[in-house]
Amino acid sequence: MSMHPDLAVLARYADGDPGLDEASVWSVESHLEACADCRAQLAGHVPEDTRALLDLVTAGIDRGIGAGPPPVPRRRIWSAVSRRWLAVTLAPWLTMTAAVLGCAALLHAVNPELPSLVLLLAPVAPLPGVAVSWNRRTDPAWELVAGTPAAGLGMLLRRTAVVLAVVIPLLTLAGARTGAPLALLLTPCLAFTAASIALGALIGVRRAAAGLAAVWALAVVVPSLATAELPVVLHPGGAAVWAVAAVAMAGFAVARADLFRRLTSGN
Amino acid sequence: MRTMSTAETAPATYAWAVHAEQLTVRAGRHLAVAGLDLRLHTGVHGLLGPNGAGKTTLMRALATVLRPAGGELTLLGEPVSGRGDLRRVRRGLGYLPQDFGFYPRFTVREFVEYMAWLKEMPKAAIPAAAQRAIERVGLTAKADARMKTLSGGMVRRAGIAQAIVNDPQVLLLDEPTVGLDPEQRLDFRELLLDIGVDSCVLVSTHLVEDVVAACTDVVLVNEGRLVFQGSPDELIAHGDQGDAGYSPAERGYSALLRRHRAGAA
Repeated sequence: MSMHPDLAVLARYADGDPGLDEASVWSVESHLEACADCRAQLAGHVPEDTRALLDLVTAGIDRGIGAGPPPVPRRRIWSAVSRRWLAVTLAPWLTMTAAVLGCAALLHAVNPELPSLVLLLAPVAPLPGVAVSWNRRTDPAWELVAGTPAAGLGMLLRRTAVVLAVVIPLLTLAGARTGAPLALLLTPCLAFTAASIALGALIGVRRAAAGLAAVWALAVVVPSLATAELPVVLHPGGAAVWAVAAVAMAGFAVARADLFRRLTSGN
Repeated sequence: MRTMSTAETAPATYAWAVHAEQLTVRAGRHLAVAGLDLRLHTGVHGLLGPNGAGKTTLMRALATVLRPAGGELTLLGEPVSGRGDLRRVRRGLGYLPQDFGFYPRFTVREFVEYMAWLKEMPKAAIPAAAQRAIERVGLTAKADARMKTLSGGMVRRAGIAQAIVNDPQVLLLDEPTVGLDPEQRLDFRELLLDIGVDSCVLVSTHLVEDVVAACTDVVLVNEGRLVFQGSPDELIAHGDQGDAGYSPAERGYSALLRRHRAGAA
């Protein structure tokens, strides 16, 4: 901060003394902007007519505030945050996922000899939500959003996080009911989510999720229900492999983030 | 009024805000923009052309929504036709699509604020910028009404508000006057001229009269190619009494199109 101006200079400035040269006026003004003490000093030196004028202005502004429209009430932070995170209507898809998992858990309770359906469906449980999260058909404002700097992998991950925040507790709950090991429930689920995003970089997330779900259903779910045996990919000890696959897929997606900058017609 | 930052008053380091060379863009399998050369600087540019001329596809490519199939496209001095980072360019863009969807349970203010947030504006500046944009399109009274309760013209104006909320250097408006009543169209023209003082505005429209009244420059495209670029007066000068149309500008428009079609055949 500059040196405090001399009290006499401040008094002459307050009086509007024409003898004060421009350089001094500037230095006083730039100092006043930064120094509350000197502003208080200045207020003490203000002549009577200026003070009357200031009072008049204050009264006028107060009247204006009283007569004008009331300020917009400050909204809760929660509302802005929820708008940002939950812009897309995921609720029907997540409700469907929850219903399917509930049925699977119920079926397991009724018929414990069959391989656990919860375990079999866990990998594909988040895929419907992921498929609709950043998509031309389900996001009405896709054309507006696709031209903004926030569009891209970051937005897809943010919306996927919302899906996982719902699906993972559901899986944990269903797993606790049926006694399925938690690691075997969650690692394939994360691996499939990461895989649908990674594959989505190349063919669109919607197609990738549909393709992966179909392959899983045909190659694993149907045979294991037919033979009534848990498939080898879901045996204990496979969790580490699933975790490695999830990390690898996520790594690929992040490395190829440039492929997500535009919303391709595959989405 | 708002405060200008030093970054905004700094001189531009590019010659054209929008520069397209031999630009080709696909709409599905069809080549909707086929070798278009376009150079735009500050001012209001009216994009005219018959249905299917490739106006909307061109707009989408300029808004970085579609990737060009070929040619060079440079926005604000940065190439956007390849796979490069688009964030910086997109922060300076405003785009109103022809048919835009919205989240029906959002209020107008929430919608505009959400779009401002997506455009990565500083968090502290968003509420004031949204309020200002809503005031500029004359929707203040409806700022806290839900989007689904608005009429077609109001939705259009909310769309314009989200496009201008970040004070874009390149503003792309696709059919912005659809659904606006005559009085609102006049207000909208004033707004365009105001924004066009220091930004590059490209307005696509069917209404030749809108272009003559509100634009400093006319861009006429047909079948994905540039037919004519010049001032409204030059457009008028191309027409004579024998051409179809009710006004001099319309006669100029139909004369240019007729000549282009004859040349292409």
